[in-house]
Amino acid sequence: MAAKGALPLKIESVIAANRFGLGARPGELSRIDGNPRGWLLDQLQGPSRLPEDVRALPDTASVLVEVQKVREMRREAKQAETDKPSPDVVQKFGSVVRRHYLAQTNARFRAATETDYPFHERLVHFWSNHFAVSADKQPVSALAGLFENEVIRPNLGGKFYDLLLAVEKHPAMIVYLDNQRSIGPNSTLGQRANKRRSDQQFGLNENLAREILELHTLGVNGGYTQQDVTTFAKVITGWSIGGSTSRGRFSDGVPGTFQFRSNIHEPGKHKILDKTYKGSGLKQGEAVLRDLATHESTAAHLATKLVRHFVADDPPAELVSEIAQVFLESGGDLPIVHQALVESSEPWQSTFRKYKSPQDFVISTFRAFDRVPDDGRFIVGALDMMGQTPYKPGSPAGWPDTAEHWGGADALYKRIEWSNTVARYAGTRVNPLELGNAVLGPALGDHTRTAISRAESVMQGTTLLLASPEFQRR
Amino acid sequence: MINRRELLRHIGLGAIATSMPGVCFAKADTDARFVLVVLRGAADGLAIAAPYGEGRYKSLRGELAISSPGTVNGVLKLDGLFGLHPSLASTYELFKKNEALLIHAVSSPYRERSHFDGQDVLENGVTSAGGKRDGWLNRALAPLGGSLGDEAAIAMSQNTPLVLRGDNSVTSWAPSQLPDADDDTLRRIEMLYAEDEFFSTRLAQALESQKIAGAMGNMESSRRRGNDAAQAKSLMLSAAKFLTAPDGPQIAVLESGGWDTHANQGSASGSLANRLEGLDQGLEALRKQLGSAWSNTVVAVVTEFGRTVKVNGTRGTDHGTATVAILLGGAVNGGRIVADWPGLASNNLYEGRDLYPTTDIRSIFKGILWEHLQIPPEYLESQVFPASLSAPMTEGLIRS
Repeated sequence: MAAKGALPLKIESVIAANRFGLGARPGELSRIDGNPRGWLLDQLQGPSRLPEDVRALPDTASVLVEVQKVREMRREAKQAETDKPSPDVVQKFGSVVRRHYLAQTNARFRAATETDYPFHERLVHFWSNHFAVSADKQPVSALAGLFENEVIRPNLGGKFYDLLLAVEKHPAMIVYLDNQRSIGPNSTLGQRANKRRSDQQFGLNENLAREILELHTLGVNGGYTQQDVTTFAKVITGWSIGGSTSRGRFSDGVPGTFQFRSNIHEPGKHKILDKTYKGSGLKQGEAVLRDLATHESTAAHLATKLVRHFVADDPPAELVSEIAQVFLESGGDLPIVHQALVESSEPWQSTFRKYKSPQDFVISTFRAFDRVPDDGRFIVGALDMMGQTPYKPGSPAGWPDTAEHWGGADALYKRIEWSNTVARYAGTRVNPLELGNAVLGPALGDHTRTAISRAESVMQGTTLLLASPEFQRR
Repeated sequence: MINRRELLRHIGLGAIATSMPGVCFAKADTDARFVLVVLRGAADGLAIAAPYGEGRYKSLRGELAISSPGTVNGVLKLDGLFGLHPSLASTYELFKKNEALLIHAVSSPYRERSHFDGQDVLENGVTSAGGKRDGWLNRALAPLGGSLGDEAAIAMSQNTPLVLRGDNSVTSWAPSQLPDADDDTLRRIEMLYAEDEFFSTRLAQALESQKIAGAMGNMESSRRRGNDAAQAKSLMLSAAKFLTAPDGPQIAVLESGGWDTHANQGSASGSLANRLEGLDQGLEALRKQLGSAWSNTVVAVVTEFGRTVKVNGTRGTDHGTATVAILLGGAVNGGRIVADWPGLASNNLYEGRDLYPTTDIRSIFKGILWEHLQIPPEYLESQVFPASLSAPMTEGLIRS
């Protein structure tokens, strides 16, 4: 680790606020200045209460039930009429779903703007992105924010295994990756169906199993085979949702909550990554997840992503090994791993190594002005235009994390246009030079400082500040 | 077993490969246009071009099978074995005019089933994900000339996909809803970025695209929310406008998502059918907007891999291997199917579940880049697709 005091303390405050945090709010830099690392470590367990707007949201079960009811209505209307369903039934579904999506997006960005625990909030975003569900698939668009709040937020204070288990049992993940009706060929239901057909793999869906191995734990080169994917898919058959469809055999259980269905679970012992797991129903899948959660490939995979997020697009190999080692030795203890990142030297070595994602840029702008729009559509519209529609990464791999992906020419132009719009809204209420000092401190370069001071109007100065390389990076 | 023609090619290339890099290229045909459409999510080649003529087709595909040519909602007959998905009506018309060609049982050299790695390999032009950090199409740009502000290629998206990333400058464009920043502000931002290459390059490219877009007054600048097909069509129209603008790019790359049909895929109708209809209409809009330039255009529609032959437990398909690629354009030597067809017999399937790949998609790309864009074969073999002797160029895809 570099000798303490190698950098002027204030630069470290900027790094703490912008790279680990979500961008400084006015006054934050001076509050941090005494002890930037301490400020970060104090946030590891998160706030004692969830943000107010988040608390106000309904739970997954009630939203899923509501959405399914409206879907049923639409289905019935379709069957009743000879041609298309009446427009207002279709519209109702769309508007129900959209209402939830906007409420959740609003809550998230308000939380991100107002929080005094921005490092914890950034970790929530990171892990939520790691276990991405995408709102472009129904009914996930009504659930993605709830998923983030119900399983990611409360599970960053303990072991990775507990987070993993909560994620894979949440209805949003199960429905996103089609596991609720994945049927084991030798299960009770599977056997009955097989009597009528001769297909080997009738009923099995590999999607969730594959993504758990490839994206959530081991990583694409983590050492699993296609056979492991298929076998694991069998192990997690039965991981389903209560009351999920109108068909008789799937309507039991508490609607909208996790339900283990033994009648579609593939019985017997199964071998994954050369270990045999005895046939113990739900516990079988949990045992596999426990081993995946502490596997060395998982440690390397997660360490790589964390270092890439907090240090550089090209993660320094030594730090990755160090963090992976911490992960393994602590049994996947997340606060200990996050602490190791804070206490390593690499993230503190230079001010602006990461190009902000559109979301980073937008949140840091809201924090700089200490204002978040009341209408969620403004947030969705802005991010949509910059290529990062909230909760819609489009795939379970989540949003990418490198300048290569975010650094398109047109995307930059969109950021400039948006900066211009924000500056117009802000008007003359804020002095851009004062704001630049407040949120970037000593990291505000002379070139940018001069450009802002020579702006022909306050608004133009604000546009220049937001578009500046210093504000566009963290 | 290697045939004589292939052997001669290998020997010939061995000699050329030792020639010096940086040799002056013959002038590339700057009138030729190339559009690459990447379908992300592994589009089902067996649904797009169904081998209805195979005896076991219906039983293997179960509820995904489409009925034979001539029946209601049946495939559109390509030949005695293959039929085009009925949603691809405009593409079928092009096929009948010999302006569309299908390549089947094709894939990149990638053999796993991860979308992200699969797309990586489709775009990086080598054999492994991460094997190269730039794209084959970017590497192919060097002989085409083009410079900052006058790029030869454009990505029709906010951010540049891997296939177009690399040392050679490309630009990008996507529709916007916000008012433009005024000229004075933009000039000051240019100065602000003067010392930072990452920002100054991108701004210059964006301004150039904006200039072109602005010159075509009725450019689609609003995005209609919630209507993917309309948006895709609008983007295709914009691409065509860029390609026909004076000093505009000659290559465009578009991407399309939603092809990962794990559940409720449908057959002649359903979710995949709807997507195919949207794609078909988009391509038709592109063709019309290109006008006379269509006669010297090639559009290639590709995807990272295919899907399982059999339906899965959720009325869809899982990730597979070989799939189909479609070439369209006035410059295409079409009206046929290029395929070394392995069939669907179970012992001919890849890992017992997927269509077996018999053509490497790099062979197809090479054929297009040489015969259509005049990028020299020795450059293709040494720089664009290094170490790809196992993927010899497919000739004759382009009309001479």
